Amino acid sequence: MTSFPDLGIRVGGAAGDGIATLGESFARLFTRNGYHAYGHTAYQSVIRGGHVWFHARGSAERAWSLGDGIDILYAYNEQTAEIHAPFLRKGGVLVHDPEKFKFPADRMPAGTRLVPVPALEMSRKYASDPILSGSAGMGAITFLAGFPFETLVGILKDNFGTKKQEILDQNLGTAEAGYKYVKERERPVERAFSPNRGAEKLLITGNQAIAMGAAAAGCQFLAQYPMTPASTVMHWMADHASSLGIVVKQAEDELAAINMAIGASHAGVRAMTATSGGGFSLMVEALGMAGMTETPLVVVNSQRTGPSTGLPTKTEQGDLDLMLGAGQGDFPRAILAPGDVSEAYHSTMEAFRLAEDWQTPVLLASDFGLSENFQSADRSDFPMDFVPPHLYAQAPPTTPGGFRRYMHTPSGVSPRAFPGQKGFNFVAGSDEHDEFGHLISDVKVGVPPAIEERRHMMEKRMRKLDGMRNAMKAPDLEGPANAQLTIVAWGSTAGAVRDALRELNSDGSKVNFLHISRVYPVKSIEVAKALVHTPKTLLVEANYTAKLGGLIRKETGIDLPNRLLKYDGEPFHPAEIVERARGVLAAGGH
Amino acid sequence: MTTTQTAMEGVAGKALPVVVGKSDTKPTWCPGCGDYGVVAAVERALKTLAIPSHEVFIVSGIGCSSNLPHFLSSYGFHSIHGRALPVASGAKLANHALTVIATGGDGDGYGIGGGHFIHSMRRNLDITYIVMNNEIYGLTTGQASPTSEMGHKTKSTPLGVIERPINPIALALAAGATYVSRGFSGDVKHLGDLIANGIKHRGFSLVDVLSPCVTYNKINTFDYFRQRLYKLEGSAHDPSNLVSAFEKAQEWGPKIPIGLFYQTDRPTYEELEPALRNGPLVQQPGGLRGKEHLLDEFV
Ligand SMILES: Cc1ncc(C[n+]2csc(CCOP(=O)(O)OP(=O)(O)O)c2C)c(N)n1
Ligand code: SF4
Ligand SMILES: [Mg+2]
Repeated sequence: MTSFPDLGIRVGGAAGDGIATLGESFARLFTRNGYHAYGHTAYQSVIRGGHVWFHARGSAERAWSLGDGIDILYAYNEQTAEIHAPFLRKGGVLVHDPEKFKFPADRMPAGTRLVPVPALEMSRKYASDPILSGSAGMGAITFLAGFPFETLVGILKDNFGTKKQEILDQNLGTAEAGYKYVKERERPVERAFSPNRGAEKLLITGNQAIAMGAAAAGCQFLAQYPMTPASTVMHWMADHASSLGIVVKQAEDELAAINMAIGASHAGVRAMTATSGGGFSLMVEALGMAGMTETPLVVVNSQRTGPSTGLPTKTEQGDLDLMLGAGQGDFPRAILAPGDVSEAYHSTMEAFRLAEDWQTPVLLASDFGLSENFQSADRSDFPMDFVPPHLYAQAPPTTPGGFRRYMHTPSGVSPRAFPGQKGFNFVAGSDEHDEFGHLISDVKVGVPPAIEERRHMMEKRMRKLDGMRNAMKAPDLEGPANAQLTIVAWGSTAGAVRDALRELNSDGSKVNFLHISRVYPVKSIEVAKALVHTPKTLLVEANYTAKLGGLIRKETGIDLPNRLLKYDGEPFHPAEIVERARGVLAAGGH
Repeated sequence: MTTTQTAMEGVAGKALPVVVGKSDTKPTWCPGCGDYGVVAAVERALKTLAIPSHEVFIVSGIGCSSNLPHFLSSYGFHSIHGRALPVASGAKLANHALTVIATGGDGDGYGIGGGHFIHSMRRNLDITYIVMNNEIYGLTTGQASPTSEMGHKTKSTPLGVIERPINPIALALAAGATYVSRGFSGDVKHLGDLIANGIKHRGFSLVDVLSPCVTYNKINTFDYFRQRLYKLEGSAHDPSNLVSAFEKAQEWGPKIPIGLFYQTDRPTYEELEPALRNGPLVQQPGGLRGKEHLLDEFV
């Protein structure tokens, strides 16, 4: 359906076959030849066996999502061929090793062909481990996709560079055999790319961008408990912790993780924790403590399919209400939801800035799709010029009558001091307190001065919510102004919407996209303006109850009746959004 | 010297009090509560060690006992129920130049915070953990706690407790704590010494304090303990002997030991953490300026 060069390579097999490494390498064929790429990883909560696949999409224009079609399918087993071959586009191929399984030609879609490659046989020349045969497939696919063998040599060298020379040589030899084998017998697929389109691009996951964004913002402390799809935030940080001077603490549980981060932030370093819904649920009480003690804190919640353990390796946007409501009582919070890797980097930096400026927790909502999938990007997407102010080196401002850590101010923001700084001793507390931090929750509670103090403290903290709202940017309206239809989405759903938008607007329709990447506090006026000026709307969300729709109705009174909701754990494909949008455009009414 | 006076004098540029004293907040505990002895012992220990008050950070959870930080003039953090240790651990990792003390009750530390208790000990951060163990939930008006003895009739166990109490000393020895002690809030001098030595000790120190709740625990009273307690210091026990420490940890009945059960030297977590090799994190610059080479791994 796209009018520009666009190519989909999918590889599938069982866990343990090395599918993710193959898939990532295919994505790099694109980025190293200067194309945009998107790498979708589909795996299961098993370490061996099962069915896993990886889709690498290359594109001459920005690849916002995994797209809609397969041109080269590399099937490690029959199950992969059965599941994915029906989605082969015209001119596409199914690459398989006939020694593993045979696939009847009459089960192939019209206009596609089989490309048998004796990969196991080729690898046996070098080693008995069947894992090596993947390189033969890689060689074959490099040719079928239109790329020179040299690109693959570079990728293999990087993949195996740290291993023994012998291993690299085996892989290079097998890959070359695969490449030559198909070159002698086959032609590239119809949509094959021409090489060397431009400067090589980066290939990065959302979690890597988040971790790097945190470090760029000055984060020096990450406490985390492993949970898919948030764990790779910790992996990137841990890999770089010692050289960057960041303490990465794997905690005994999420309760410890968030409380450690609060302790570190209170003591004067920028701190973060990252988790998924189950772990975030455990963090709820401490989140309120960060609000009450006015401790800056960034919490990454990378959502997966719920409820409960749900589908641990699948995507959803089901935690919005949880994030909005986490914690007893009212306290100010912000929720940011970046839509792509570049936004993930910048939103994380923004989260730290907001947390620090307003001394309150900020949630960064990601999801499996953004966190674990790969996207191409340019170096300029990740500027590293920011110099975070040195918190502990700053002398706290003096306040009348002693140090008023919770001094009433017009903005609600009070002066901070850190343990160790001379002359500012105070006690912070999760109980309600006065300006000095003294409890008003026990012997003073219910006595008139304390009643008034409680009201003032509440208002002081909540003023920060209005301050944040004013400081935050309004959501972007992407695409043409005065559209016939406005699509509304948040977070990583933006990817498939942006791809769909390109398609929808290619036939003269006018569709635009209200991307809510700053979910809370809601810029109610700006959101309302964007929505009342459009004839039709379509809400696209990956959850059952249209949670963003509910928030928008609550904050603006505007109902978004046309909805495309998905809760099967699978990513949005641009085509399903296009189809639904066309339906809405064609229908009468709003 | 009081918290607010401390800051005021700081503002006025006058001499600052060097050590921790009482704050201007009067303890709100019931008259006769064991925790008065604990706050006095902490004050005494900090005075003995002469640590400047701004370099002391006392973190607590929730419970009667957890109100303690408010009554002293150091920096403090009164956190949520069970989470004193992780908050203290985060602060210690951020600034290991601080003297970090965690405090709370038996419910706070051995019940709801039990997981953190075990892991903090094997982690061996240089934190002193003082547990005011009254074998009851005081603040919530007298339910059974993880250390309530078998048969103890409380509001939540009107027919008596039917599960074995936690043995914090044995647990600490098993979990790898490097300083394991028990004190009594009726002997402030002895308790103050245990706390001072715990603070001086490099690594995680546990000071379990038998600190009677005079309102809700009518069994484990001051008299109960006075009749039973004896000091390990005068006995043949060698605190470097782990096996002997385990034996002493099992003594509970007509004779109950207090004092130092075990002490050993093991590298602290902060000594082993590579990111802290250049000093406390709070002193280090953060950010990625000039680190564009990090992007090379994504090509
Ligand atoms: C998450 C949570 N659960 C329950 C409570 C209620 N609560 C407050 S203090 C306490 C127990 C206190 O016992 P302990 O820690 O032994 O302290 P003590 O009052 O005996 O000194 C409980 C259950 C709470 N504050 N937070
Ligand atoms: S209830 Fe018990 S523990 Fe609480 S203050 Fe009173 S005596 Fe102390
Ligand atoms: Mg108790």
